[in-house]
Amino acid sequence: MEFLTPPPVRRLTGEESVTEPLGPTRGLPAPPGNGNGNGNGNGSAPASPLVGGRRRIASTPLAIDRMQAEALSVAYGRKPAVDSVSLPIRQGEVLALIGPSGCGKTTLLRSLNRLTELNKDVSQSGRITLDEVDIATLDPTALRRRVTMVFQQPNPFPMSVFDNVAYVLREQAARRPKRAALRGAVRDALARAGLLDELGDDLDHPALRLSGGQQQRLCIARALAADPEVLLLDEPCSALDPQSTQVIEDLIVRLREDVAVVIVTHNLQQAYRVADYVAFMYLGRLVEYGTAGQLFRTAREQRTREYVRGEFG
Amino acid sequence: MSLLELPVSQPGPRAPRAAQSPPWRLIDRVGLAVAWLLGLLFCALAGALVLYFLVQGIKYVRPSLFLTNPSPGFTATATGGFLDPMLGTMLVSAIAMAIALPIGIGVAVWLSEYGRPAALARVAESTIEMIAGTPSIVLALFGILLFESPALGFLSRSSEGVVFGRSFFAAGAMLSLVALPLVVSNVREGLEAIPDHVREASYALGKTKFATTRRVLLPAARPSVLTGAMLGAGRVIGDTAIIVVLLGATLTFDRSGSVPLLSTLRGTGSTLTYYVFYNAPTGEGNQPTKAYAAAFVLLMIVLALNVGVDIATRRSRRLRWSS
Ligand SMILES: Nc1ncnc2c1ncn2[C@@H]1O[C@H](COP(=O)(O)OP(=O)(O)OP(=O)(O)O)[C@@H](O)[C@H]1O
Ligand SMILES: [Mg+2]
Repeated sequence: MEFLTPPPVRRLTGEESVTEPLGPTRGLPAPPGNGNGNGNGNGSAPASPLVGGRRRIASTPLAIDRMQAEALSVAYGRKPAVDSVSLPIRQGEVLALIGPSGCGKTTLLRSLNRLTELNKDVSQSGRITLDEVDIATLDPTALRRRVTMVFQQPNPFPMSVFDNVAYVLREQAARRPKRAALRGAVRDALARAGLLDELGDDLDHPALRLSGGQQQRLCIARALAADPEVLLLDEPCSALDPQSTQVIEDLIVRLREDVAVVIVTHNLQQAYRVADYVAFMYLGRLVEYGTAGQLFRTAREQRTREYVRGEFG
Repeated sequence: MSLLELPVSQPGPRAPRAAQSPPWRLIDRVGLAVAWLLGLLFCALAGALVLYFLVQGIKYVRPSLFLTNPSPGFTATATGGFLDPMLGTMLVSAIAMAIALPIGIGVAVWLSEYGRPAALARVAESTIEMIAGTPSIVLALFGILLFESPALGFLSRSSEGVVFGRSFFAAGAMLSLVALPLVVSNVREGLEAIPDHVREASYALGKTKFATTRRVLLPAARPSVLTGAMLGAGRVIGDTAIIVVLLGATLTFDRSGSVPLLSTLRGTGSTLTYYVFYNAPTGEGNQPTKAYAAAFVLLMIVLALNVGVDIATRRSRRLRWSS
């Protein structure tokens, strides 16, 4: 047990202070400088080897605990993919999961909305809560509407842009709403994902004819149309050009007020740009969890430092 | 099995690097020539068949044939046209497809999306294969046994408790078995061609398996559904054995009862294939010109269905996922 469990998180009541790790865990002293204020490195941080500024405009207003993974372990057959990971997911903050390929990031993300269940030989232990309710007790379809996911590969449905988004809204109600009734909500979701202006009024365009970046933003619009409380993004920008990436990063930062956002990324600059908290995983274990500024500059663990410096995996 | 035990490694010197495209071995060239010849021969055969019936058919097709009914007689003018057999073809294929499509789509969805219980799915699979391999005359015989039973008497004519067992209902029901395997295999293929990440995308939005199948998978597989429907309809339209045995072989509609559509469905009639059979030089009617004309119409319908299949598959290839 060499890895650090994340520091326990106190629910916040204050206006400007964010979360505060409660001292040492598992006998390891908390490094100094960790957990003072929101520690987001907004502006005052020393020059970092990472290029590009943070997308942060103002400090996080208020973070609230939404989800909590408690000693979560997931295995495919006999092969463990996630090994007793404990992690909070908060609204008002963006959490980035980083780590070398195959370290279990996708698996962790998929277990948060019980998509791992679709795979017959997955076994799981530990607990995940959403607003203090064990998600295993929730109806999976209801849970997945509250915790939606965007995948690494854009995967729009083979129908029009409009229908892609409308599909999410339909059948949630008892009666199928008419097209006109959904128009506003569809346009709203597309606008949030920054796609509406680009498409103009051509919402009947076949989704599979959009560019890769547009398809991915459509998938984000689709995920947002469900009005989720938690948004899971699995390497959403890995197939995108820098401009689409920027649009999505801006979106993520804007979203964090209303939605708890978790993003998996291989792009450390991206993690630095958008995330408030970063979790570094290695071989299924959570090695280190901390604010973006702390993890990228003054990581406690040797492995984290090596990975962040690009000497890893 | 001894073949599998042969050493895999290929001894002998490798061709020199310079010979980028070495000349083909003689046996390969002969093989290619034979394949080409066979292919050409096949095309020529198919072309000749279509051409022959086009020429023969066009010679004898008259607008009046489509508008008049068959009537007894010995001359071409006295025997009338094939209005009722043509309508009969449409009616019986409509019944057959109305049964085969929903059942076929349901079975295909079950086999490809659920597949459980696995043992039952395997049984269903081999049952469908068996139906596909059963000659339609055997299906027809089975159909007669089935529809002559008193319990199903309401589907055909009956007098004094004796069930006739021959009607559009009976023929359509058995013909649906002819179309069913084609519908199932095509729809299934279409569903299985949809990558799993599409299903996952739908589940990740909180959709049930049912909603995913109905709103995403089946619409995405629509070209395959169309293909299956058209191939199945083609087989139904071309079938003769079931028509001869189960449709009562009356050249015109012979209705049973007084309720408008129901009386026709419970009654007997014929189709274009039976009309051709009847008027062929060896048939009872022996009006070859009429047979050619009807065969021409049949051929046109089947060609139109083939073109439809072609368009459907082409459409499905145009919109695919990138990975
Ligand atoms: N469907 C599966 N069946 C069996 N093993 C799997 C499956 N999916 C993932 N794994 C295994 O689980 C481990 C974690 O995989 P996971 O996809 O979560 O990694 P990841 O961190 O997302 O990697 P990447 O950065 O490459 O996406 C890997 O060792 C992988 O081999
Ligand atoms: Mg992954």
